[in-house]
Amino acid sequence: MCNRIGYLGFINPMIYILFIYWYPIKQNKSFFLIIAFLLGFTIDIFSDTLAFHTAATTTIAFLRPSIMRFCFGVNYDFQNFKLSNVPRLQQITYLAFLVFIHHTVFFLLEVFSFANYILILKKILVVSIVSLVLCILFSSLFSVKKE
Amino acid sequence: MQRIINFIIRNKNLLLYLFLFVISLAFTIQSHSYHQSKYFNSANWLTGGIYKTSNSFSSYINLKKENEKLVQENMRLRNFLINKEYNFQIAVDSLLFDSIQKDYNIISSRIIKNSYSHLDNYITLNKGTKDGITQDMGVITPVGILGIVENTSENYSRVQSILNRKSNLNAKIKNTNNFGSLIWNTKDYNTVQLVDIPRRVKIKIGDTILTGASSSIFPENIPIGTIKAFDLNTSKSSYSIDINLFNDMSNIKNVYIINNKNREEIQQLESETKNGD
Repeated sequence: MCNRIGYLGFINPMIYILFIYWYPIKQNKSFFLIIAFLLGFTIDIFSDTLAFHTAATTTIAFLRPSIMRFCFGVNYDFQNFKLSNVPRLQQITYLAFLVFIHHTVFFLLEVFSFANYILILKKILVVSIVSLVLCILFSSLFSVKKE
Repeated sequence: MQRIINFIIRNKNLLLYLFLFVISLAFTIQSHSYHQSKYFNSANWLTGGIYKTSNSFSSYINLKKENEKLVQENMRLRNFLINKEYNFQIAVDSLLFDSIQKDYNIISSRIIKNSYSHLDNYITLNKGTKDGITQDMGVITPVGILGIVENTSENYSRVQSILNRKSNLNAKIKNTNNFGSLIWNTKDYNTVQLVDIPRRVKIKIGDTILTGASSSIFPENIPIGTIKAFDLNTSKSSYSIDINLFNDMSNIKNVYIINNKNREEIQQLESETKNGD
């Protein structure tokens, strides 16, 4: 979960978003939502952040089909669509959307007041970028069966 | 009726999402209000147990460093004892010792989960109700203060760190009796803020901050940190002071839990007086 990195005191990239990114597409969507909820909840219990991770993870799990349709266009509706077959750039855009939405929800809930909007914006931007970079590194590390 | 059922089937994902989101939102709001959930936290038997196991590995690796820290603390305490005997001719006799023992009771403990980078930080310790720990006991490190016990289970307890927006402790400037509230502005994990010190008090950078006397949780004169910078607040009537903590909040292991034996009596007295007027 990388919650010990704390670079510059507040940057804790969240790698578990990759789970949402990798989860098989043609599965039951309700089941996927529940799985995402449980994933977020587990992380929340362990890091005493009830329940920011849960809310954020459930949100991106719910929005995932729309994001995919937006990023991959008509390709997404075909039966034999595979994440590894689309260009690298589209994959990254898709991941970036997930990370950004996740972090927006997360930090809005964590700070929980609009009085500190500068703090929220700073956190969302910086942590999103770091999370994205780390997620890309991790995803290239584990995508061995591509060719 | 058919239509309603059709509607539910068609939008079942949306409804499920809203349902789950509302649950998590409810938890969030609950966690932002006074106390956190009693069961879903890192001090219950499952999460506490996992943290304890992982901690037993990492603590073995850091054993040497921790030993050095403890030796240094021992050295300081011995120094204190010797100086007391020779300089002031007051031996730490049984009478004095008994009176200390009478007021406060100290339980040693170890941190199994530390956190300092969130806005509301909580720390988990490896002692719980079985070892006599209850809510609202103070927690200190060998060099400074750490927080207040907020929740306990049988074997673990959870501490609300001073790095928490809900934390509000009583602190004073050394050698004066002017006290204020110690809060955290969430910016830096080694800096906390002291507010409500009146303007007429003379302070300078480097002054030591100690715990104040008007708390029934901490004994008086426990070191907190030194003044790093200060400024008048917007109404120009009191200072807001940045304090450099003596603790390195990211690197602590052994802590002491302080049990004030007179706490109940003090609280009872205070509540009775409040009811009276």
